[in-house]
Amino acid sequence: MNPITRRRFLKITGTSLGAAAAAKTLSVLPGTAHALEKAAAPSGVQVIPTFCDVCFWKCGALAYVRDGKLWKVEGNPEDPLSRGRLCPRGTGGIGAHYDPDRLTSPLLRRSSRGKEEWVEVTWDEALDYIAERMQAIKAKYGPESVALFTHGIGGNFLRHAVRAYGSPNIAAPSFAQCRGPRDVGFRLTFGEDVGSPERTDIANARCIVLIGSHLGENMHNTQVQEFSEAMAAGASLIVVDPRLSVAAGKAKWYLPIKPGTDMALLLAWMNVLLRENLYDREYVAAHGFGFEQFAAGIVDFTPEWAYPETGIPPEVIRETAREMARYRPATLVHPGRHVTWYGDDAQRSRAIALLNALLGSWGRKGGFYYPQSMDVPAYPYPPYPKSEKGKVDNPNNKYPFADETLTTGIREATISGKPYPVKGWLVYATNLIHALPNEAETICALQELDLLAVVDVIPSEIAGWADVVLPESIYLERYDDLNVEWFRQPFIALRQPVVNSPHNQKPNWWIARKLADKLGLGEYFPWKDIEEYLQYRLDKAGYSFDELKRKGIIRGEKQPIYFDEGVPAEFATPSGKIEFYSLQLAQAGFDPVPQYARPAEPPPGYFRLLYGRAPVHSFSRTQSNRLLMDMLPENDVWVNADVAARRGLKSGDYVRLKNQDGVLSNRIRVKATQRIRPDCVYMVHGFGHTAKGLRFARDKGASDAQLLTRYQTDPLMGGTGMNVNFVTFELEA
Amino acid sequence: MARFAMVIDTRQCVGCMDCVVACKTENGVPEGFNRDWIVQDVNGIYPTLHMEIRSERCNHCDNPPCVYCCPTGASHVHDLGGVVLVHHEKCIGCKACLAACPYDARFVHPEGYADKCTFCIHRVEKGLQPSCVAVCPTYCMYFGDLDDPLSEVSLLLTSRKYHLLLPETGTQPHIYYLT
Repeated sequence: MNPITRRRFLKITGTSLGAAAAAKTLSVLPGTAHALEKAAAPSGVQVIPTFCDVCFWKCGALAYVRDGKLWKVEGNPEDPLSRGRLCPRGTGGIGAHYDPDRLTSPLLRRSSRGKEEWVEVTWDEALDYIAERMQAIKAKYGPESVALFTHGIGGNFLRHAVRAYGSPNIAAPSFAQCRGPRDVGFRLTFGEDVGSPERTDIANARCIVLIGSHLGENMHNTQVQEFSEAMAAGASLIVVDPRLSVAAGKAKWYLPIKPGTDMALLLAWMNVLLRENLYDREYVAAHGFGFEQFAAGIVDFTPEWAYPETGIPPEVIRETAREMARYRPATLVHPGRHVTWYGDDAQRSRAIALLNALLGSWGRKGGFYYPQSMDVPAYPYPPYPKSEKGKVDNPNNKYPFADETLTTGIREATISGKPYPVKGWLVYATNLIHALPNEAETICALQELDLLAVVDVIPSEIAGWADVVLPESIYLERYDDLNVEWFRQPFIALRQPVVNSPHNQKPNWWIARKLADKLGLGEYFPWKDIEEYLQYRLDKAGYSFDELKRKGIIRGEKQPIYFDEGVPAEFATPSGKIEFYSLQLAQAGFDPVPQYARPAEPPPGYFRLLYGRAPVHSFSRTQSNRLLMDMLPENDVWVNADVAARRGLKSGDYVRLKNQDGVLSNRIRVKATQRIRPDCVYMVHGFGHTAKGLRFARDKGASDAQLLTRYQTDPLMGGTGMNVNFVTFELEA
Repeated sequence: MARFAMVIDTRQCVGCMDCVVACKTENGVPEGFNRDWIVQDVNGIYPTLHMEIRSERCNHCDNPPCVYCCPTGASHVHDLGGVVLVHHEKCIGCKACLAACPYDARFVHPEGYADKCTFCIHRVEKGLQPSCVAVCPTYCMYFGDLDDPLSEVSLLLTSRKYHLLLPETGTQPHIYYLT
C-alpha cells in the first residue's frame, strides 16, 4: 500500500508549497460585478455570500435577506463550483431554516433507547452528560472506545475534539457505503483517487461513458452543468444502466445491462480495444506497468463471452468500444460516486480505471485533470495523543486496501467487543439508520453503548436512538471551517451566518469547543471563537478575511491541470507507473488483473432492488424541508410496465415490498414504466422515515435502507455492496 | 414593441426542478402550489425509448382564452411583451380561467385569486431574467424578445427544430421547445 496524500501529490506535481503560497488573488473577475450589482439590489435586501450544505458539494451561494427574513439563495457567480447557479436542493435551502420539524433544544432521553421520549435540557446539562460518560469510558476502556461518525465539513471541529480526546476511530459512510471502492480502485491503478469534487473533465469530454451513474438525477451541481455543456457541444454519450435514467434518455448508445454484470462489459470493452488495436499505444508504452500480463489476463473476455452475461449484443459492445476509441483521449469513462453495489466494487472501479488508461484519458483534456489547491496552513494545535491500540475497524488489516476508517467495521467491533470494546458513539450529520445497510445490526450495536450522542438539525432516526441530542444551527446560520478546495482552479470559500438560528440551536464549532472544555481539553481550542480561528488561518496564508466575508470566494491563479500543460506524468504507485497488472493485489492474494464473477440471480418471483438519487433530495436529510418535499413528497417503486400488468399493478397503486429475509417496507406507490428492465425494481433513497419528530416526512414512501438486510463486503477495502437484495410485492389491502 | 418568449432546449433539460423551486422562492408561491412544473414524456417499448423532458408553465399566448373568459378584467395582457398577468385585487376567484386554459397553468392562490407564471415581469422590467431561466444549472432555458430578430431566442428558433404545446387549440403559445 502506498496511498498518496494530497500533500504529497502537491509536491509530486511540482506545485511546491512556495509556489502555491504565491498564488495570487485575481482582481475582480467577470461575474463579480454582477454579484455586486445584485448585492446592491432592492432596498431592504441584504445579500450575503456563503456556501451550501444541502449536499456535500459545497457550492458557493448568495443568500438574500429581505426585511430581516431569509428570502432566497442563488449561486455565487464567482464560485467555480456553482458558476452562479445552484441545484434545486441549494435553491431550496431556505426550507431547512424554516423547517417546522427541526430540532430546537438539547434533549436528554427519559425512557428506554429508541422510544424517542425526551426532556429538554440546557446546553450545559447536555454537554456535561456527554463529557461525564466520555470520561468514564476513557477511564474504563481507553479513549479509543469512543467513535465519531461524521459527514461533511461541518464535522471538522468535532473530529478535532475527538482526536484531542485520543480516539482515532472516526469514520464517514462516504467511504465504505459510497465512493470508497472507486477511490481504492483508482489509487491501485494511478496512485491517486478521483476525489470530491471529482477530477472528471466532463466539460471537455467528446465522449462520455456513464455506468450506472445517473447525472441529472444525481445532482452534483458542477458535474451536471458540465454534462449539459458537453451535450450541447455534441459529445457522444454512452449510458450503461438497467434503468433508462435521465442521462440514458439523452444517450447516443443506451446499453440496458443486466444488473451486476458491468465487470463483464468492461472486460469485453478492453478486450476489443486490444484486439482491434484501438488503445493509446504510445500512452500505454510510456506510462503502463505490466501491460503484457494484463493483455494475457483479458484475452478470453470477448464480446461473445460477455453477451450472455450482460445481455448486450457483441456488435453493440464492439461499436461502443470503437466509439470510445474514436474520441480518445477526450473520452471519459466516468468512475461514478456511489459505487458500493456488489462487493467486487473496488475491482470493478479498477477495471474502469484501466479502461480509461487504455484510452489515455488520465491527465488529459476531456478525461481526468490534476486538481489544484491554495496553501492555507492548518491551525497550529498541540499534537494529538498517540493511540496505543490503533483503530478498531479493520483488525489484522483484514481489508488491506481500506485506507479510510470503516463505519461498518466500527459497528462490527461495537457488537463483538473485538479487537476491543467500543462504548461511545458520537454522530454528526449522518443518519446511520438510513446510511448503513442492515438496520438490525446498527440497532444491535447501539445496545452495547454507554453513550450515544447525536448532533443533527432534524430529529432523524439515529437521533431517535440517542441518549443526548444536540440541535445544530443549519448552514445558513453558522460559520464553518474554510473550504480550501481542490479543483480545476484553486479557491477558498467561506461559510458564514446569514440569519440567526430561530431557537436554541448552536453551531458545530461552538459545540465542539464547549465539549472539549468540559473534557479538560481546552488547550486544543485556544481561539475564543471561530472568527478568530478563521482570521488566524487566513492571515497566515496571506488572504483577507474581510474580503472573503464580502465575496464568499477568493480564487487563486489557474495552474496547469493536464500533462500537456506541464503537469509531470508521475504516478504514486509502487512501480511509479499506471499499474495494468498490480503486484500489490497479487501479493495480498487478489486478482492482479480484474476478473468477472457472475452475480446471484433473484429467487423466482423476486426482483433485484436498485436505488438511486432524486435531484431534489440529499440522502435522508431533506425530507422535512417543505420546499423540497413540495417537489417530491414520496418515492415510487419503478416496475417494468409489462411486469406490472402481469401482476395487476397500476401506476399509483400502493404496495409494500418484502425482501428475501421477510422484511416488509412501508407502503410505496407503483410507477409502472417502460424505463426499467423486468428483472429489477428501483426507488429513490432517503424516504420512508419512521422518526416521531419528523412529523411531515414520517411514513411517506418506503426506505430502501430498511430492505438492505444483506450486503456483500468488498474483500479489498471493506465497502458494503448493497445491490444484492431482492424484493417482491405485497398488495395493500 | 416587444414580444417575450421562452425557448427551452429539451436536449439539455434534466428535469431537476430547479426552475420550480426558484420560482417558488422568488415569488413566494405557497406550499402545495407551483407556477411551473416538469413533464417527462416517454414513448416506446423498453429498451427502445424516446424521452423528452420539459419545463412547462403558462404559455403567455397571443390568443389567450383565460383573458377572453375573465368576467372582471383581472386576467389581462400586460403592456410590455405580451405577458399574460392577473390583477389580484380584481380577481373574484371564479375559476373560469382555470377551466379555459388548455395548459392547466393556473391555480387559485389560498388568498383567493387566480395565480400563474408572470414571466417574472418584476425582474424582467429591471433587466433581469425570469428566475427559472437565471437559476437553471443546465442552461437549457432562454428568455427574450421575438420582435428583435437578433435576440438569442429569435436566433435559436431560426437555427433549431422546435415544437409548441397544443398549437391546435389556436392559442398561439410562446414557450418553444427545442428538440
